[in-house]
Amino acid sequence: MNIIVNGENREVVDSLTVKGLLEKLDIKSENVVIELNREIIGKEQFEIAKIKENDQLEIVHFVGGG
Amino acid sequence: MINITVNEKNFRFEKGQTLLDVKKAVKSEADVVIINGFQTDNNIEVNDGDSIVLIKKGEIPSRDEMEFLMAARHTPGIHRMLKKSSAAIAGLGGLGSNIAINLARMGVGKLKIIDFDVVEPSNLNRQQYFIHQIGKKKVDALHETLHQINPYLEYDCENVYITEDKVEKIFSDYQVVLEAFDKAENKAMLIGKFMRIFPEKCIIGASGVAGIYDTKTLGVRKLGENAYIVGDMENEARPGRGLMSTRVAVAAGIQSNLAVRYLTGGL
Repeated sequence: MNIIVNGENREVVDSLTVKGLLEKLDIKSENVVIELNREIIGKEQFEIAKIKENDQLEIVHFVGGG
Repeated sequence: MINITVNEKNFRFEKGQTLLDVKKAVKSEADVVIINGFQTDNNIEVNDGDSIVLIKKGEIPSRDEMEFLMAARHTPGIHRMLKKSSAAIAGLGGLGSNIAINLARMGVGKLKIIDFDVVEPSNLNRQQYFIHQIGKKKVDALHETLHQINPYLEYDCENVYITEDKVEKIFSDYQVVLEAFDKAENKAMLIGKFMRIFPEKCIIGASGVAGIYDTKTLGVRKLGENAYIVGDMENEARPGRGLMSTRVAVAAGIQSNLAVRYLTGGL
């Protein structure tokens, strides 16, 4: 199915979870803030939330330093 | 006749009078002349509604007058708005210590500063502390400095390590939060949690501020309605890529300016 990640189209397997997507992108789940269809989702939902066709995700991947 | 203010007091002058006429009449010994936030040596005509500040260098004004004079170079109206506003700064390292000083100089009326650590020597390459403050709690050391810069603000200091369960209580009384942590997971935790529990409030974070790379690469990414992330989003602090004063201070300046724009309704 097609989804939109940070404004770009991306083909992924069906019934992927947010956690599954992060693993595919090689991003640590504790370092991100994610908007799924313009709604911020909590970390506890990463394993549960299923991504659907045409869903829009904004993934902000934080790096350390300050 | 025209109505003007000089050092925040109301005066009436004949139309066609100049700055020099006003100075002669009100404070002839003044050697700094500021009109509507702009310092000038030109003897221009004054107009109805002008705000003029006359300062004698070296003179210590009364406490009442001091706060007003400190903001004399502000764009008119900005100080009044900021004085009624509030901001909280989470983490008092290179980003947070610079942000706190910026917002104190801007005159944000109520400032909260939060950190759990003490000042140590490796902080001094970028953080706004002094050698004599080594070993002090950062909240106490920075509070001393802020008080020296602007004693007319309300400061709240909290020495605590911010975890998810504490976010609501720590920030509930503040309009805008500046995320200035060091670790990526703490940044993500605070911004994610804050956006879910306070969707109507503003949070301004940072990510990717290490090194001495071109400051043009420091951008602002907007997330949702009220969250902003400053940085290049990739240059993390790691072995071989340090955190240094100049680039961290630029990022802190961008965060501070976003906060001020938000608090004055311009974001």
